[in-house]
Amino acid sequence: MAEYSALSLLKNALSGNRDWKPAWRKPDPKPRYDVIVIGGGGHGLATAYYLAAEHGITNVAVLEKGWLGSGNIGRNTTIVRSNYLLPESLRFYEFSMKLWENLSHELNYNVMFSQRGVLNLAHSPGQADAFIRRGNAMRHGGVDAEWLTPQEIARKVPGLDTSGSARFPIAGGLLQPRAGTARHDAVAWGYARAADRRGVDLIENCEVTGFLRDGDQITGVSTTRGDIRAKKVALAVAGSTSRVLQRAGIERFPIESHVLQAFVSEAIKPFVNCVVTFGAGHLYMSQSDKGGLVFGGSLDFYNSYAQRGNLPAAEDVMSEICAMFPAVARLRLLRSWGGVMDMSMDGSPIITRGPLPGLYLNCGWCYGGFKATPASGYSFAWTIARDEPHAINAPFTLSRFERGAAIDETGHGPTPKLH
Amino acid sequence: MLIDCPHCGPRDLAEFSYQGDATRTRPDPASTDTKAWLDYVYNRPNPAGLHREYWQHAGGCRAHLVVERDTLTHEIRSVAFARSADSGDAA
Repeated sequence: MAEYSALSLLKNALSGNRDWKPAWRKPDPKPRYDVIVIGGGGHGLATAYYLAAEHGITNVAVLEKGWLGSGNIGRNTTIVRSNYLLPESLRFYEFSMKLWENLSHELNYNVMFSQRGVLNLAHSPGQADAFIRRGNAMRHGGVDAEWLTPQEIARKVPGLDTSGSARFPIAGGLLQPRAGTARHDAVAWGYARAADRRGVDLIENCEVTGFLRDGDQITGVSTTRGDIRAKKVALAVAGSTSRVLQRAGIERFPIESHVLQAFVSEAIKPFVNCVVTFGAGHLYMSQSDKGGLVFGGSLDFYNSYAQRGNLPAAEDVMSEICAMFPAVARLRLLRSWGGVMDMSMDGSPIITRGPLPGLYLNCGWCYGGFKATPASGYSFAWTIARDEPHAINAPFTLSRFERGAAIDETGHGPTPKLH
Repeated sequence: MLIDCPHCGPRDLAEFSYQGDATRTRPDPASTDTKAWLDYVYNRPNPAGLHREYWQHAGGCRAHLVVERDTLTHEIRSVAFARSADSGDAA
C-alpha cells in the first residue's frame, strides 16, 4: 500500500519512482456485502471510508458506473465554506469545516486544503445588511465571520474594481477567514485509498441497472457486472438520483437535474489570494496553485443531464468577472465544462433512511456538494450503520417537505433552478 | 440551443426564460388532498430523455411555449404555443 511520507518520497525518488504501488486495488465484485454504496464520487467514497473507520463496517462495496471521481467531485470550483444563515445549515457545514481542517492528516493524503478565506461582496446597503445579518448568525453559531469595508477590500484584493464608477460599486464584504479551497481530485483519491486500505471494494465500470427486492425490501442490486446482494444499499449519485431511483420504481422525487458550468483561465502570476464572490450577479472565483483563475456562476436554468452547457450562461459569467476584475478581460479561457446538479426543492440536501426499506439516500446537493463531502460521508455512514441520523443530518429528511419543515436558505421556495 | 418560436422563428436561448416541467397537474383549488398537493408542489419526474417543459419568449413575442426537449442531448423535438398544447398547469 502506498504510504506517503518524506522518507517514502525520498526512497522512491532514489529508485526512479518505479516502485510506487497502486493507491487502490481493482477487485471483482463479491456476491454479497453488508453495505453497497452506489456512486464512486466524493460523497460515496467518504461514506465508505467513514463506515469502515468510524463504525468498523468493512464488508462494503462502492459501485461506480465510470471511473472513481468522474462526476462532480472533479467538476467543481473547489470552494470550502460554512458561511450559512440557517442553524441547520450552519451546524452541518461547520462540522464539515472541522473535518476538512484535519483531513490531510486523517487520510495521509494531501488534499491541499487552503484556508485562504471566502469573501462575499455586497453591492448595495440592503445587501450589506443581509450579509451582516448572516455574519452575525455565523458568529452566533460559533463560525468565524468578519465584515470588511470597501477600503479594507481594496487592500486585500487589489485587482477588484472598488471604485465608485464600477458597474456595481462595492458596499462591503463578508469574509469567512477559515473558508478556502481544496484540491478536489485529491479528496476523491484520498478517501478512495483510505477506504480501500480498510478493506472496502471499489468497483469501477459497474453500473447499477436495477434493484433486487424481497417485497418492498431492497436486498441488492443488478449491475453490468452481475447481481450483488447487500443488507443495506446506499445511494450517493448526485445528479443521477432520479434516474437511479426510477430503477427502484420511484418515478417522482423532489429533485430536478440541472447543468452548471465552470471555467479555468490560462495561468497568470499571483493575482487574488482568496475566494471572491460577486453579489450583484452570481459568480465565485479563486486562483489555483497552478495560476489559472477558476470560476463559475449560475446554472444554465433548464433541466439537463448533458454535462455540458450553452453559451448564454458562459457569456453572463464572463461579463460578471470582467465587471469585478477589469484586468482579466484580455485573459484567454483554457477550459470549460459542465456537471449535473441534483437541485432539491429547498436548496438543502437529503441524507436519510428510505424511501424504501433497505435503501439509504444522500442527494440534493444543488451546487454546494463539494464542501460538504466530509460531513456528508460522516453523517451518511452514521445513518447507515445505526439506522438513525446523526445530529447534524437529522433535519435533512425527505419528509420535511410534507411536514412544512423545508430548509430554504434563500427563500426561493420549490423552484429548484433558483437555489 | 435555438428555440424555434412559432411566432418569431429560430431564436437564441438567451431570449427565453425557463418555466419548468409542463406535465404537472394542479389539484382542484378546493381539494384538501395533501398527498396530491405535495406531489404537485414538490415532486418531479425529472426524466433523462424527452422532457415537456414551459418556456416563455420573454425577450421576444412573450408567448408561453411548450417545448419537447431531450435532457441528455438538448435536442428540441417540438415547440408549440402553451395554450394549444397538451400540458399540465404552470407553476
